[in-house]
Amino acid sequence: MLLAPALTVSGVLFALGVLGVLLRRNAIVIFMCVELMLNAANLAFVALAQQLGVAGQIFVFFVMAVAAAEAAVGLAIILAVYRHRQTVNLQNINLLKG
Amino acid sequence: MDGTLIIFWTFAGLALVSALACITRRSPVASALWLVVTLFSLAALFVLLDAQFIAVLQVLVYAGAIMVLFLFVIMLLNLGRAGPSDLKGPLGLGVGVLLAGLLLVQLLVPRQASPAAGGPARTVAEQGMIPPVARPLFTTYLVPFEITSILLLAAIVGAVVLAKRKL
Repeated sequence: MLLAPALTVSGVLFALGVLGVLLRRNAIVIFMCVELMLNAANLAFVALAQQLGVAGQIFVFFVMAVAAAEAAVGLAIILAVYRHRQTVNLQNINLLKG
Repeated sequence: MDGTLIIFWTFAGLALVSALACITRRSPVASALWLVVTLFSLAALFVLLDAQFIAVLQVLVYAGAIMVLFLFVIMLLNLGRAGPSDLKGPLGLGVGVLLAGLLLVQLLVPRQASPAAGGPARTVAEQGMIPPVARPLFTTYLVPFEITSILLLAAIVGAVVLAKRKL
């Protein structure tokens, strides 16, 4: 019953997350937008789990574990980069730019 | 339009508006707090979709742990106040909106063609909320569950190694 609206909301949320990643330059905000995309995927999983069985919810559990690990390591990388460059603006982190 | 649908769209609208606010606020702290609102609304949507256990996890793990980690790093790096806008210029804005719009169309169009799934609805009333999730987690999906613990251990070690000044 709620499957179609939930998938619509999930799609819009995912697109908003992509938009944030494409538009922002602050590394931490970009990270938050990645979390937003993971949550949109979780919403699709849960909506489908209501129809097709509980495996979708278990997948959401694993997605959350991976998201937690990703947030911890990613924020540690941002911390390390900040120590070197004194900024989290991705425009100023251009060592690989030709 | 019945009550469930009204509540669903209320929280869905709240999630979308706060997600939009999250990607447009200049201050990272404001972005993080709007993202917390999004995560709470998603937890409400999970309850409406018969996933109470996942909703509790969402509040505990995402809104509780992960967002606190984000705010902690923002505080540690002293990035709290809003600087000049870090949005990309007009060209980047146009390309970004175009790509995200294309993706949105791609995500929403095939859904209308897919047939309605008619599987068995979950029996929360018979088994309660936790057992239908917990039983497969510790039987069918036991190996992935254990691998998750190794992943988390690797993440802890990696975070400590990366964030420490000198080992």
